[in-house]
Amino acid sequence: MTYKDLRLDYQVIYDMIEPGARVLDLGCGSGDLMYLLARDKAAKVQGVELDEAAIYECVRRGLSVFHGDIQSGLEDYPDGSFDYVILNQSMQEVRKVDFVIQEALRVGRRVVIGFPNFAYWKARFMLFFRGRVPITSSLPYHWYDTPNVRFLSITDFQEYCVEKNLRVLSSRCLGEMKEVSFWPNLFALNALFLLEKAANPSS
Amino acid sequence: MDKKNSIGIVATQYLTFGEGSGGLLLESGRRLSPVTLAYETYGRLNREKSNAVLVLHALSADAHAAGFHEDENEAGWWETMIGPGKAFDTEKYFVICSNVIGGCKGSTGPSSIDPETGRPYALDFPVVTIADMVQAQRRLIDFLGIGKLLCVVGGSMGGMQTLQWVASYPERVRCAIPIATALKTSPQQIAFNEVVRQAIMADPEWKGGDYYEFGQPERGLALARMIGHITFMSDQSMEEKFSRKLKNGAYSFRFAPDFEVQGYLRYRGDRFVKRFDANSYLYVTKAMDYFDLSGNGLFPKAAAADTRFLVISFKSDWLYPSYQSQDIVRKLKARQVDTTYCEVASTYGHDAFLLEVEEQTSLIAPFLEKTFKGYDVVKSL
Repeated sequence: MTYKDLRLDYQVIYDMIEPGARVLDLGCGSGDLMYLLARDKAAKVQGVELDEAAIYECVRRGLSVFHGDIQSGLEDYPDGSFDYVILNQSMQEVRKVDFVIQEALRVGRRVVIGFPNFAYWKARFMLFFRGRVPITSSLPYHWYDTPNVRFLSITDFQEYCVEKNLRVLSSRCLGEMKEVSFWPNLFALNALFLLEKAANPSS
Repeated sequence: MDKKNSIGIVATQYLTFGEGSGGLLLESGRRLSPVTLAYETYGRLNREKSNAVLVLHALSADAHAAGFHEDENEAGWWETMIGPGKAFDTEKYFVICSNVIGGCKGSTGPSSIDPETGRPYALDFPVVTIADMVQAQRRLIDFLGIGKLLCVVGGSMGGMQTLQWVASYPERVRCAIPIATALKTSPQQIAFNEVVRQAIMADPEWKGGDYYEFGQPERGLALARMIGHITFMSDQSMEEKFSRKLKNGAYSFRFAPDFEVQGYLRYRGDRFVKRFDANSYLYVTKAMDYFDLSGNGLFPKAAAADTRFLVISFKSDWLYPSYQSQDIVRKLKARQVDTTYCEVASTYGHDAFLLEVEEQTSLIAPFLEKTFKGYDVVKSL
């Protein structure tokens, strides 16, 4: 397994993280990203994952992982336990999402958040012209089998960051194969934000 | 039992220490001397003495964890997990298992001879704790010349000893695997232990513990074991194993065992009295009652802990429910200990740590390998 085999969003996150960092990956799946971070960047990685089969795969690769949900995975860590907390493609499945983001910012110095963009043009087209709930490559589920409980656009999330006084260190918008810079809220399938708490909270 | 892929013929060995004024100073303040430990080893200790795995047994097991004793057909209690190519691969690791003090399988316990009286200790045997058991095991590890154990591992009460090893001797353990266990015994667990002890003590044959000349309180001990077996299984595993199946196809309309589950419990109870000492059952359950590493118990020292952990629980285990393993995990997170936790979706109840071989192997084998060899081992993947 090499960098080139990684999914595009994993590649972008991989590039964000400096060698030797302490990383908590919430919803780590079978650990593709953690594995490369540990192997090639000597990162100290810890995963949280709900799926039992994925746990076995992580352990097979020598990764440390907790079997559990994201919501209850954070509260026991002391402040600043990690340099990075990753919430990639898992935030939209969390009910208490605001709580989880605040908790992630407490236990991690920085937080990486990746989510599918609901305002992608194909989604808009399906809803507006066909009157159907959108199904896209980043939102591949039917209304009856989706694990997602939060639906948001890139613009929505930018607004959230302003409202919650979060500093956006980097925001990257991804299409099918590569990054999107032109009208991302219309043309990006997924977005990745690197956040930290603003130093001086505005009163 | 399949004798292939087995460590083969093994024999129990004995270590005696603390003759004269030595021995073990117990948590109660009393002294136990001399102390004999029955133990077995499998595989070979490497030159660096860095491949030793200490396996810790549960309530009624013994030092015979793997392989076969000469002329016996029954394998050790964790035969499925210990042997060539298994989770605890004896081609790579040196595996040690010893009988706990207070037990009755060769280590000093209430049925041993008290040197002061020349008769079995019975209830004059001092009450021992999990920490006392671990202190005795440390003497064995010292005797074997092992400075730092690669791994301590055990299920149920073996898991308590595993946690106690980290609490008592953190610098001597590279990784710990507590399975289906708890940081402290819950009131429900103490309650079951109490009922089990009362079953033994209510048998007139128990005679205040002084029964060694006359024979065991068999009725009481069998009943105690029957209660135990109910708590080791899950509702679902009992349904799958017995359902309402009848032993003889029809109701007897008497108090004979009509149902297969009754027959099973009676069979287990009857078999148990032939191999286990009633007083040992009292002492060992008492040791479990006193076990409590909550608060700062697991990490009494402020120093950073570098022992890695693999914590395993089983979904259908209602005697040691997953929340108790998650309590352990919470403690480890708070100390930022390198930890893996998995709740295996087993239906076997508490017995799962003896039965879920494949799942446990797929967690333990790579975890152990990584601890042993470091990250280099996974670079080739």
